[in-house]
Amino acid sequence: MPDGAPPILDVTGLKTVFTTRSGEVHAVNSVTFDLAPGELLGVVGESGSGKSVTMMSLIGLLPMPPAEIRGGSVMFEGRDILKMNPDELRAIRGSRIGFVFQDPMTSLNPVFSVGFQIMEPLRTHMGLNKREARARAIELLELVGIPDADSRLSNFPHQFSGGMRQRVMIAIALACDPKVLIADEPTTALDVTIQAQILELVRELRQKLGMAIIWITHDLGVIAGIADRVMVMYGGQIVEQAPVRELFACPQHPYTRALLETLPHVTGGRSRRLRTIEGQPPALRDQPSACPFAARCRHVLDICHRKNPHITRLNGSHDVACFWDAAKDGLRDAG
Amino acid sequence: MLDNQAKPLVRVDGLKMYFPIYRGILRRKVGDVKAVDDISFDIFEGETLGLVGESGCGKSSAGRAILRLYDVTAGSIRIDGTEISHLQGDDLRRLRPQMQMIFQDPQASLNPRMTVASIIAEPLDEHQKLSRKARMMRVFELMDAVGLNRDFANRFPHEFSGGQRQRIGIARALALNPKFIVCDEPIAALDVSIQAQVVNLLEDLQEKFGLTYLFISHDLSMVRHLATRVAVMYLGKVVELASREQMYADPRHPYTQALLSAVPEPDPSVENKRERIILQGDVPSPSRPPPGCNFSTRCPQVMDICRREVPDFIQLADGRHVACHLTSQ
Repeated sequence: MPDGAPPILDVTGLKTVFTTRSGEVHAVNSVTFDLAPGELLGVVGESGSGKSVTMMSLIGLLPMPPAEIRGGSVMFEGRDILKMNPDELRAIRGSRIGFVFQDPMTSLNPVFSVGFQIMEPLRTHMGLNKREARARAIELLELVGIPDADSRLSNFPHQFSGGMRQRVMIAIALACDPKVLIADEPTTALDVTIQAQILELVRELRQKLGMAIIWITHDLGVIAGIADRVMVMYGGQIVEQAPVRELFACPQHPYTRALLETLPHVTGGRSRRLRTIEGQPPALRDQPSACPFAARCRHVLDICHRKNPHITRLNGSHDVACFWDAAKDGLRDAG
Repeated sequence: MLDNQAKPLVRVDGLKMYFPIYRGILRRKVGDVKAVDDISFDIFEGETLGLVGESGCGKSSAGRAILRLYDVTAGSIRIDGTEISHLQGDDLRRLRPQMQMIFQDPQASLNPRMTVASIIAEPLDEHQKLSRKARMMRVFELMDAVGLNRDFANRFPHEFSGGQRQRIGIARALALNPKFIVCDEPIAALDVSIQAQVVNLLEDLQEKFGLTYLFISHDLSMVRHLATRVAVMYLGKVVELASREQMYADPRHPYTQALLSAVPEPDPSVENKRERIILQGDVPSPSRPPPGCNFSTRCPQVMDICRREVPDFIQLADGRHVACHLTSQ
C-alpha cells in the first residue's frame, strides 16, 4: 500500500470502560493505531480481547452508559469523531464509514425488503430520489454478485441464504462509497466454501473501489489471505502490529507466537500434539498495571508482573508491546 | 489403526434420517427433509472418525441418529455387535451407558440450576446405584480426569469459562465408562487458544480409556489433527471416506477438493500460492435434492450422467470410498 500517505483514520490513546454491577471492565486500554488509504488492516484477537469494542467505540456505536470513552482521539478527515454531536456522527456513519456485522440475519431488518434497506442510506445520505436510488441499488447488488438483482430487490431477508445476506450487508455498507469499511467478523457465521466466495468478492471490490478496510476476525487463516497489515489484540491492548508477511514469518510477541503454534493446518506437516496456551484471558477489572498476558506467558520475566509494556517500534513497521526480546531470549534493551 | 485386526465397534449401514414436513390445515405430510440419506461407514475400535461438512449437510443429524436420539427412518446401526436401530424403551436404555455425547454449546447443554457435581453425577444416578460416598468419589475422579479443580464441585455452570464448561460436559459423558462418544462440534464455540486445550484433553482421554470417537466438525484443519479417518458429507450423503493422509494429500471427490481449497491457511506465503476452487451458488434444500448427484448443481466438473444418475458409494483400489461418476468410470 502507498507509503507516506497521511492516514485516513488516526486513533490515539483510545480508552473504553464499561460500568457493570460487579465493577468496571476496562475493555480498551490506550489503543493507538492508524489506517492508510486503501489499506486492509486485519485485527485479530480472542473473544474479550477488545477488538470489536475498539471499532464500535471509535464510531460511537456503543450504548453509553454502560460504556464510557475515558480518553483518546479518533481523527477522520481532519476532525475528531469522538467530539462530534449525534447528528454529525449520523452523517458520517453509513456514508463515509460503512459497517458489516457478523450475523447477517440479525443485522438486516426482517420486515423490510432488501431493496428498501439498500435504498435507505442512498436516500438519506446522498439525497437520491426513488428512481435513482433503485438504479443504484441494482448496480450494488450486481457489484456484490447477486444474480437477478432487479427482481431480488423486492425480496425479504429470509428469502436469501446466509452468504447472499452477507452480500446484501456488504452492498448496504458500500452504498454511499465509504472511505472506510469496518467489517466485524463478516465471514464467521458462514461456511468455508461461502466464506471463500465472500473473501474473493472483497478482493475484487478492493481493486475496483479502493477503500480502506478494517477486518476484525479471530481467524488467522482469513487474515493471512487478505490483510496488508495485522494488529493483534489481547486484554484490551494492541500487543503486536506488523505487515502481514512479517507478522506470520517472525512474530515477536509471545502471545502471537503461541497463537500461531496452536493452529493446526490443512497442508504441510502435522504435529503430534497441539501446543496450548494454558490459563484464561484476564478479566480486565482494573487499569492494567502489569502485562495482561503475563500469567499465561512462556517467557515471563520479573518486570512483566510490575509494569505494562509500552508498544515500541522494532524496525520499519513492526511494533510490539513486550519486555521479552525473541532474538536474545531475554529482557529487551531499553530504547 | 487401519490394519486388518482392528474390529469395527460401530457399523452404520444404509442409515436414513428423514424429517417429515407437514403443511396445510390437515397437517398432511407433503414431503421429507432428507437430513441423512443412505450413509454407510464403520468406526473401528480406538479410532477417531472425523465427520465433516458444511452447515445443513446432515452431519449432526447423523451423529444423533447413530446414538438413537432420533427414531431412524431406515438402515442399520450396530454398536459392538448389537443392532440398535429399532430398539425401544428399556432395551435401548440398557445400552445407553456405552454410548455418550459431547455437545457443541457448553452453555446450553448444562443445566444452569445444577451444581457441577450433580451434573456429572446425573448419569450415575440414572444408571447405577452407588452409595453417596462412592458417588462423590467417582465425581472427583472424573473432575481430576478432565482437569477441573475438585474445590469447584459445588459451583454452578455460569461461574466457569467456556473451556471449563466443555470440560464439565466431557466429564459427564465419561461418567459411565462409555466405549463410544459422539463429539458434536465440541470446540466450535471456543476461542482458538482454548480449542487446543480441549482437543489435547480429548486425545489424552482417548488414550487413557481406549475411547472411540465420532468427531463431528466443520473445522477441517482440526479434523486433520485429530481424526484417523475422515468422512465428508454433502446434502445428506457421504461423498468421500478415506484415511486422513489420503483425504488431505489427494482428495478425489470434487466437493472435497473445493472444501479443502477453501480453508484459509494461517500463512500468507502459502495463501497467495494456493489454487482455490470457488464453488458457485448455495447448497440446495435437503427437502428437494436435485436428481442425480446431489453435488451436480455446483460441481465444477459436472457431466451429463451426474444430472441423471446417483453415483454409487464405491471402494477404490487404495481403500477409500468415493461417490462420484468421475472415479467410478
